[in-house]
Amino acid sequence: MTVTNKTAPESRATTRPQTAPRPGLRDRLARWDVKISPYLYVAPFFIVFAIVGMFPLLYTAYVSLFSWKAGDDDPDFIGLDNFKELFADTQFWHALENTVSIFLLSSVPQLIIALLLAAVLTLRLRGATGWRVGILLPYAASLVALGIIFANLFGPRYGLVNGVLQTLGLSPVDWQANRFASHVAIAIMVNWRWTGYNALIVLAAMQAIPKELHEAALIDGAGTVRRFTHVTLPLLKPTLIFVTITSTIGGLQIFTEPKLFDAMPGSNNGGSTHQFQTVTLYLYQTAFENFDLGYASAIAWVLFLIIVVIALINYFLTGRLAGRRK
Amino acid sequence: MTTFRKGLVLALGITMTAVSAAACGGGDGDVPAAAGPNEHVELTLATFTEFGYEALIPEYERLHPNIKITHRKTGQGGPYAQDMMTKLAAGSGLADVQAVEEGHLSDILSKSSKLNDLSQIGPSGVSPDRWLSWKYEAGKDKNGKLIGYGTDIGPLAMCYRKDLLAAAGLPSDPEAVKPLFATWDSYFAAGAQYTAKTGKAWFDSAAQNFNSMVNQLPVGYLDTSDKLTVENNQGIKDAWTKVTDAVAKGESAKLTAFSNEWNSGFKQSAFATKACPAWMLGVIKEQAGPDNAGKWAVTAAFPGGGGNWGGSYLTVPKQSKHPREAAELAAWLTAPEQQIKAFEAKGNFPSQTKALESPQLLNATDAYFGGAKIGELFAEQAKKVAKPQYKGPNDGQIQENVASPALQSVEQGASAADGWQRLVDGAKKLAR
Repeated sequence: MTVTNKTAPESRATTRPQTAPRPGLRDRLARWDVKISPYLYVAPFFIVFAIVGMFPLLYTAYVSLFSWKAGDDDPDFIGLDNFKELFADTQFWHALENTVSIFLLSSVPQLIIALLLAAVLTLRLRGATGWRVGILLPYAASLVALGIIFANLFGPRYGLVNGVLQTLGLSPVDWQANRFASHVAIAIMVNWRWTGYNALIVLAAMQAIPKELHEAALIDGAGTVRRFTHVTLPLLKPTLIFVTITSTIGGLQIFTEPKLFDAMPGSNNGGSTHQFQTVTLYLYQTAFENFDLGYASAIAWVLFLIIVVIALINYFLTGRLAGRRK
Repeated sequence: MTTFRKGLVLALGITMTAVSAAACGGGDGDVPAAAGPNEHVELTLATFTEFGYEALIPEYERLHPNIKITHRKTGQGGPYAQDMMTKLAAGSGLADVQAVEEGHLSDILSKSSKLNDLSQIGPSGVSPDRWLSWKYEAGKDKNGKLIGYGTDIGPLAMCYRKDLLAAAGLPSDPEAVKPLFATWDSYFAAGAQYTAKTGKAWFDSAAQNFNSMVNQLPVGYLDTSDKLTVENNQGIKDAWTKVTDAVAKGESAKLTAFSNEWNSGFKQSAFATKACPAWMLGVIKEQAGPDNAGKWAVTAAFPGGGGNWGGSYLTVPKQSKHPREAAELAAWLTAPEQQIKAFEAKGNFPSQTKALESPQLLNATDAYFGGAKIGELFAEQAKKVAKPQYKGPNDGQIQENVASPALQSVEQGASAADGWQRLVDGAKKLAR
């Protein structure tokens, strides 16, 4: 090929694309490049999402319509019977109650403490970075290791917590037998791990609040508490909603802590009477211990819908709050 | 707009190809013929915890130069069994020789169509009389298909704290305690006496005894037609009554087996007796620690005769590409000579009649348990085990996830009647 041959189609493509009588290969390639390449660049995410996100989700919906035990050659199609049975399943509602209870016991104190911690961390402290890294440390530790350590601490007979209670003259608590006590113990595990993490997010948002607002409030004669409630808190709302929603999603999927809290090692029962069995634990037990895949898929979908509903509530709440601010 | 749509179609096209490529099929056919003697064959062997096969595998490879074995070892039995069930269902991913624990055997037996019949494809020299008959029989499905060669067993004897029994005025010499452990009635009666005198617990947890009692019955949770028997099975009801009565008398230390609290219980001397399969001696040694050396003893007696807790089988899934070679390996590993080597390596108690007569086994003693001749003792206990009980599908789950938690709830304060109702309802839910 000569030099002229090489440059000619290029100039045609860039300067006079419409009038070219017969577009060459190079020309066509260049046009495809513009049209198709962007899709190819974004495709990997969608391909991966379709395989590991979309496909399992839809396949789970499909499986939930069958009476499907692992290893069955031809499972029976039973329509929505799994869902009907699920809505009448006391164990499921019991597990949902446990989940919500553990979630409330963990998220509410967790967010309050995170907010207060963040407020303290914005003060001029010596070695501020050290303190900030410090509150994130529990988050960096292995969840499984924490679960085992906490289960030991809350042991009904030889646990450290009961040991301390007894030396203080209080009666020991059977942390695993009592439904409420077990929820408290699990919530403490969750809080210990997540409070610092949330505090850091709130701290970042707090530091983004313009200093002028605080100064103006100061000139108006507002004290520390008043500035916190009337300046800091309102401006933190979007962040607080974000933190609430992420901890809600995490809370509804709580699994490792209750699993490791069981006295029976490796058990998915969530206590002798399922007193701390959460929905994900029940789902896991149904699918991978009883191998009842159809029923487990139904649980998974109901849990998914519950999370979607909560995400929608978040969407509307954020919208309303943003609207009110204007 | 058109370009957008085209792009979307393209993206979807790529996605669909990827999805269809991800989905794959599997099928099973007849047993492939054996490979020629010089053909190179690669076998995989999957086990969990300790089987004591580390030295045996190179030995087998030396004897069979054309065979290369990859040993996949897993730590815990529970996740291993879950993994095996899912791979059995998926139709791929299992090893050529796959070990199965006795507690999970009923699940595997209910899927016996996915495993090879070892009486058909196994080497001809392997006859049923290699094993104790109950061990051999338990490896067969309802239709008599042999899906596993027995490896080790867990014959039950009774372990007890010599010093604690003596302090309570009870006999403590291994021969003298035998009458206490003759029947469940005598066992619980001795416990009541012990607890009344010392105020301390007699055994570790109700579930441990209840499981042994149910296993001794001719019919367990399910009958041979896989129907749930719990409600009308008098044997189970009687066992429940006896155990919960003992709990009410304070005989249970209420420590769930293998929990952290249970481990601490050994160090704190929280209970005086313990149902002891052969492998439990190692657990006691580890948990009770050197401080309690010589205080523990074991005797050749178990309430209600004999029993078995634990032990495994080697199976050959239909997924295997070399089932005949795999069966040959499984047969060799479960031969008496090899099982004795495994016993010497890891203490796994053999299930082969010849191995149980081997002097290496019969002369084995344990200093921690006062120099007891444990080989001879457990060999004697193994012979006391009656005919195997038929285990239907979900049998293991009923025991683990329904009966044991129900008993635990009684130990935590629920009434025996409530606990029983929990057992019946839970079993029904699982068996539906």
